[in-house]
Amino acid sequence: MKVPFSWLKDYVDIDISAEQLQEKLFSCGFEVEELKYLGEEIDRCVVGRIVRLEKHPDADKLQICSLDCGEYGGDIRIVTGADNVFEGALVPVALDGSSLHGGVKIKKGKLRGVESCGMLCSGEELGINEDWYDGAGVNGILILKGEIPVGTDIKEVVGLDDYLFDIAVTANRPDCQSVYGIAREVAAVLKKPLRPVDLAYEAEAFSTSERVRVHVEAPDLCPRYIAHYVRDLKIAPSPQWLRRRLALCGIRAISNVVDITNFVLLELGQPMHAFDLSKIEGDEICVRRAAAGEKIVTLDEKEFTLNDKVLVIADAVKPAALAGVMGGSGSGIGADTKEVLFESAKFERANIRRTSRALGQKSDSSSRFEKGVDAYTTGIAINRALHFIDALGCGRIACDRYDIEEKAAEPVVVKTSCARINALLGIEVPAEEIKDILRRLHFNVSAKGDALTVTAPAYREDIEGYPDLAEEVIRMYGYEHIKGTFMPTAQVTGGGYSSAQREEERIKRIMRGQGCNEIITYSFISPKDYALLRLEEEGERAIRIKNPIGEDMSLMRTTLAPSMLTTLVRNVRRGNARARLFESANVYLADEMPLTDLPREEKRLSFGVYGAGEDFYTAKGIPEAIAAEYGVRFAYEAAEKPFLHPGKCAKILFGGEEIGWLGALAPDIAEALSLETEVFLGELDHAKLQPLLAGTLHFAPLPAFPEAVRDLALVCGEQVLCADIESGIREACKYVTGVKLFDVYRGGQIGEGKKSMAFTVTFTPRDKAFSPDDVDGYVRRILKTLGEKVGVVLR
Amino acid sequence: MKEQVEKIRAEIAAGIEEAKNGTRQALFALKMRYLGKTGEISALSKGMRSVPAEERPAMGKLVSEVRAWAEALFDETEALLKKKELQERYERERLDVTMPARFAETGTLHPVNIVKKEIVECFEGMGFEIFEGPEIEKDYYNFQALNIPADHPARDMQDTFFITDELLLRSQTSCGQIRVMENKRPPIKVLSPGRVYRSDSDATHSPMFHQMEGLVVDKGITLCDLKGILDEFARRMFTPETKTRLRPSYFPFTEPSVEVDLSCHNCGGKGCRLCKGTGWIEILGAGVVNRRVLENCGIDPDEYTGFAFGMGLERIAMIKYGINDMRYLFENDVRLLKQFKD
Repeated sequence: MKVPFSWLKDYVDIDISAEQLQEKLFSCGFEVEELKYLGEEIDRCVVGRIVRLEKHPDADKLQICSLDCGEYGGDIRIVTGADNVFEGALVPVALDGSSLHGGVKIKKGKLRGVESCGMLCSGEELGINEDWYDGAGVNGILILKGEIPVGTDIKEVVGLDDYLFDIAVTANRPDCQSVYGIAREVAAVLKKPLRPVDLAYEAEAFSTSERVRVHVEAPDLCPRYIAHYVRDLKIAPSPQWLRRRLALCGIRAISNVVDITNFVLLELGQPMHAFDLSKIEGDEICVRRAAAGEKIVTLDEKEFTLNDKVLVIADAVKPAALAGVMGGSGSGIGADTKEVLFESAKFERANIRRTSRALGQKSDSSSRFEKGVDAYTTGIAINRALHFIDALGCGRIACDRYDIEEKAAEPVVVKTSCARINALLGIEVPAEEIKDILRRLHFNVSAKGDALTVTAPAYREDIEGYPDLAEEVIRMYGYEHIKGTFMPTAQVTGGGYSSAQREEERIKRIMRGQGCNEIITYSFISPKDYALLRLEEEGERAIRIKNPIGEDMSLMRTTLAPSMLTTLVRNVRRGNARARLFESANVYLADEMPLTDLPREEKRLSFGVYGAGEDFYTAKGIPEAIAAEYGVRFAYEAAEKPFLHPGKCAKILFGGEEIGWLGALAPDIAEALSLETEVFLGELDHAKLQPLLAGTLHFAPLPAFPEAVRDLALVCGEQVLCADIESGIREACKYVTGVKLFDVYRGGQIGEGKKSMAFTVTFTPRDKAFSPDDVDGYVRRILKTLGEKVGVVLR
Repeated sequence: MKEQVEKIRAEIAAGIEEAKNGTRQALFALKMRYLGKTGEISALSKGMRSVPAEERPAMGKLVSEVRAWAEALFDETEALLKKKELQERYERERLDVTMPARFAETGTLHPVNIVKKEIVECFEGMGFEIFEGPEIEKDYYNFQALNIPADHPARDMQDTFFITDELLLRSQTSCGQIRVMENKRPPIKVLSPGRVYRSDSDATHSPMFHQMEGLVVDKGITLCDLKGILDEFARRMFTPETKTRLRPSYFPFTEPSVEVDLSCHNCGGKGCRLCKGTGWIEILGAGVVNRRVLENCGIDPDEYTGFAFGMGLERIAMIKYGINDMRYLFENDVRLLKQFKD
């Protein structure tokens, strides 16, 4: 919301600086996003009178001006090429060392041998146009009007000695989306009176209702509709003060009638429309829903096919405007417009928002209506517009109007008490202060003891109950009065993580212990990510975002692997020699498509490693560390995944159930990604880990007798798996508590197609100590079992 | 015999001098030669029988003197050699202690999750539970129940990703308020962290980021309680001197609503680049829970009041650790990740 400082001063006597006002506004809930001094570019540019004009001795097109600039010099000589200057003229003089619009610096210099001590300025060089100051648009020097003392700073003359506040207005305060709305807040915060706007106008003895019939068929979308007839229009440029006001807010002046509607929009926040009655067929205006298939071409020559969700202002034959959004083609006010119907209406904001979005058509009017216009201001605004029509002599005003009034425009009444307001705030604001603040904000307050009956101003449609009043009180009283307390009335509660959350934190600790760095990646991935991993089918089952930022972020991931791979690849490409990474995040699984209910969100643990010293078995160390921490054993079975090396891929099992996988990225995919280093990925299902975590810790008594340890080198065929031997050893002897492979040997002494695997086997005695013979017996039994089961012999 | 003793004494003395530069083995051999069972001094003792009886006491004394002398000398020399050998070993085994160590480096948490953990640690001690709701959420929980009906302008405050007309990626963790209050009666103290999504991407916005919602509902909860809790949070998250400032704002689900600024921990409120010269950093939104929100969850707003607050974890991480571009947080470059030891 752009608000000129000078304009605010029309309504409130402001005796503080713009910067001080910025602070005040900030403290009462209006953040000034930018405070701009309009003359910030212009420096050392003053009013000067041309005392004498002489021809330049060496140039036909140049003249030498002698200027009286008062305190800056009585005879400043400046060479100019402009031909609209004359003796006695008052002009803007950029003195030596001055700066102008666009950062232009002016220095004394010589033009064709004659010294020039500055420059005479055009409007453009000051950054202003005809709307700011009459004559500022001419191609030549700006000739100033009236009597101005020489030496006056030019900024004061042309309106640049002003500030523009760009104020962030929160969505609950549409009443402040106007200069006057802000002025009301300024008056309240400065404790100054607010000057009313002049609404008076003179009407003549002819009637709106005799000229045109107006009816509202959709009162749900148009709670209030006012139409007022004005005739014998004299379309002309607006006076300069009005044009400057518009220019300050960045709006170009067009003609008096259009400018008045724009002025009222800025001043009061009510969008208005003026229908040229010569273009209205059947002398009828109807506010109705469009018929399906009905068409309209808007002012900007775009054609729209409408439906019954769109509100239109129609004449007897066709839609003449998209209500609150834009008028129809050719309906604009032209130089020859003679009679108009002024519209001031409240359109339901949700409908305007929907229409504007559905049609992709926006205007100042629609964005204002979307924020919400109150029915009270709708009535004020029409009078304000007619006041200017009358005051500026633009036309003759009918004596009556249509006012199809909002039925529920009843002001909100809140019954409460000072005690209740203070109870919410937690401090004691004095009752008199509460009443005074509310009254300053134009609430009607009647007090009976501590009880308050508060009537909100008609434009405050955001007020619902006493908390709103508490907010009004504290924002004016000052939030610095709120002193911290520590919930003295609250009950004690337990707090903390749930057990599942605690276990997630524990797994993260284990991962950190394994030297893994946690990553966080986006939950949405690309169909290309699925394609790269040859998981297209899975990708088709992924939940799709209707309005993604781009196709690359359009699918809710069903596996964390693509994100992990992308992250590993990024690190490789950045020259990071090694990485161990993990992520704990949800995947999103649809049981049916399209979704009708919430999908399943399952927590997964993803890990990925690469770099010197990393191989399949170091990657496997990650799930193994989790198993070890929880004191359980995972099993691993060779498996295949479309994106993993078929010889280096395993599924991870716990209690017979698959809980995850790990493996090396398939070499062809690695090649496609130009990876020279082997990368390893894995994923574990948190939910399926949960049963692991259920157990509590129990102390296992230390062995009462010494353990025995034997190393066994076993020769077997290549096809025999480590796990087969391990389980064989465990099965063969109940005293085995540890089996650990420590070496694998292949070579001449073993024979073709065979390998020697060396295990350390730990035997733990139970009730009595082992004798050496006992352990030898166990070893024999183990060898016998292994020989029968997997054809293993002792080396 | 006496001459013999003196000879041995002289031999030992000479032998020892030589052995001082030799090994302990050589010294031992020398010792055995004189003091061993068959050594020369032992032989002297044995030879005592052939000494005349009257001389025996004197000779005996002489032999035992020389034995004691020799033993002491050998012990002394052995100790000397032992010391010398140890010295030599020390020299031999001397390490370059400046060479790199071998150790398993501990991993790190992501900075955003460090912030999350710190906030949780701050609030769990005050009795806050941690609740995590679904990320794909119903329009009702993300908007309607939070007093944001369809076509409300507040929906424009955040560009939402939709899955269907009714399902969306939650744009705020505030949905957690509703899910908690639907299932729990006051007293309620809950934190709701998690991923949230908005269609926005630049140096300070990411289409996915993390929020932490806090909610307290109980009897007699006031705006001052909100301030007190946030003061404590600010002191613990930043510095003990950090102060909070409330200023009016608007959220549909709180009334009154406030923005909460923290005094800049970098300059102590004097004004610096981090706080853009204001001395304050905007850190979170908060307010008294809107009566309608309580009603939507079946909680009597005349009996209970509450407050809620919500903050962006990336923003806090960026402020706290001086990270100037949010995108760094999602690149997951190990060189960044490894910096966040906590």
